[in-house]
Amino acid sequence: MNGTKQPSKIAFVIGASSVGTLIEWYDFYIFGMLATILSKQFFPADAGTAALLSTLAIFAAGFIVRPFGALVFGRLGDLIGRKHTFLLTLIIMGGSTFAIGLVPGFKTIGWLAPILVLILRLLQGLALGGEYGGAATYVAEHAPEGQRGFWTSWIQTTATLGLFLALGVIILIRSNQGVEQFSAEWGGWRYPFWISIILVGVSVLIRMKMSESPMFTKLKSEGKTSKNPLKESFGNKANFKMVLLALFGAVMGQGVVWYTGQFYAQSFIETVCKIDFIQSRNIMLVAILMATPCFVLFGWLSDKVGRKWIMLIGMLAAVLTYRPIYKEFINITSASNRTQIVDLRLTNTITAFPIIDTKDKTKLYIKQQSDTTYLDGSVFKYFKTDTMILVSPVDGTRPLTLINPDMIKYKSPKPNVVVEKTMGRAAYWDLIWLVFIQIVYVTMVYGPIAAFLVEMFPTKIRYTSMSLPYHIGNGVFGGLVPFLGTLIVEFTKSPLHPNGDVLAGLWYPIGVAAVCFVIGIIYLQNKIDKDVMD
Amino acid sequence: MNSIKKLLGYVWMIIAPAIICFLVYEAVTKITASSEATRSNVILQWVIILLIFTPICVGFFIFGKYASEDAYAHLPSNSEELEN
Repeated sequence: MNGTKQPSKIAFVIGASSVGTLIEWYDFYIFGMLATILSKQFFPADAGTAALLSTLAIFAAGFIVRPFGALVFGRLGDLIGRKHTFLLTLIIMGGSTFAIGLVPGFKTIGWLAPILVLILRLLQGLALGGEYGGAATYVAEHAPEGQRGFWTSWIQTTATLGLFLALGVIILIRSNQGVEQFSAEWGGWRYPFWISIILVGVSVLIRMKMSESPMFTKLKSEGKTSKNPLKESFGNKANFKMVLLALFGAVMGQGVVWYTGQFYAQSFIETVCKIDFIQSRNIMLVAILMATPCFVLFGWLSDKVGRKWIMLIGMLAAVLTYRPIYKEFINITSASNRTQIVDLRLTNTITAFPIIDTKDKTKLYIKQQSDTTYLDGSVFKYFKTDTMILVSPVDGTRPLTLINPDMIKYKSPKPNVVVEKTMGRAAYWDLIWLVFIQIVYVTMVYGPIAAFLVEMFPTKIRYTSMSLPYHIGNGVFGGLVPFLGTLIVEFTKSPLHPNGDVLAGLWYPIGVAAVCFVIGIIYLQNKIDKDVMD
Repeated sequence: MNSIKKLLGYVWMIIAPAIICFLVYEAVTKITASSEATRSNVILQWVIILLIFTPICVGFFIFGKYASEDAYAHLPSNSEELEN
């Protein structure tokens, strides 16, 4: 039956499943893409790095609950069917994303704002935890024999394309509105969340036309569906050992490679290399677009040579090359390493009038912008803010008022300097290629993984059994890459090294991928299961 | 190969609790070293890390235990084997 599936039918199955999954990824990722703005909107204005870390923690919370979503909806999918379960997850995801766009900022409702956002983020995580396993299972159960890797790889592209869509929508709105309007409390950053409700509505309509998976329908008609999928998946040693093997021998390494290539890379070029907002996202967009066909390539290849080696080679390549790649990011974007003739460097400095602090009238800010243009077309902008505090000339203590200006003098603490770099054409493409290489690793580990997981478990408990390791590997191990990476770099900071070791955050994904590689190479087999009907 | 699988099983069984001990040690060190202003944030970060990684390390220990018992010497070739 499986081998005679009509191409038009399987194309509809892939299309309908993929569109919904793509939208769910889009919903999930816009939060991460807007983390810097969200931290300003939903946390106190003076919280600084603590606010960003708290936002990243909320972002990570969405990942952490994904395994629970996998358990709840995986069980439901094995009990009532794949179609209705992933229809439900889509509606929960769309509703909670739309609602995040409606939550007033910290200025308006105080601490209720981050609490509401956290709750909605948890709902997003739960929904995504149920979605992916359902979509992958549904497609795999429709796929013709010997082509499971190829057809499920289309589902695999959705995570990356969802990220692409999120980036594209954000860039489009921000370019049209300008920075200030985009970042305002009710500004354009909310539109990507609101747009979601339209996308989800369309996807729900498409999915309602889909029929149930033929394998599940067969099991149901024979009365062979599982009575207790959780118990059969995790209470039975024979199956549980495979769940653990899937997690530690494949998915945890795949998860960290995915999130390093597509999230940590973007965060690194923006926050460490200081590439400006639009260009850093353009770099990601172009690299993602160029590498996406490789998902299908490696999915197809896995049908020919097996899943194991493609995934493990991707992991090994990541382990060996991450540090050189990120070192090169720094070299390419460094001012000192740029090809330039200092005498011909064009520097343009604009100094603005002093601004008096609205709350503390004894504080003045002097803002200065300095643009340095290099011969290769790169422009580095330095925004320097000097804080001037009015002090008594007599005892040096804080006074005073502006009424008696003769009695005061200025004191300038360390100025705050923000750098924003726009790279020239050659450096821009160098950065794209470096991200592209990382996304090719992603396609190697991620392209075959749906087929690999589907083939590991029996139909009646497949949704539950494959969802849990997938979401622990991706949601927990992978989702924590930006948070733990940032945290590890923070640990390396000291008074002597205020910037710390900016490459230290890579030890987390490198360590996890290395352990996973060793386990995978020793314990996994390279078999392609021809019959997933059992 | 099976003896390597078995032997490494013991290695995983040692690594799993070692990771928990390392994380607890790091948590205590970092929380103690943090300033009053940042302490609540540091505590929150480490509570999240410990809550997440402790059950995963327990799973890793069980994986090691299964490996040491030769459970991975033969991987199932069909679904019926998984139901036993």
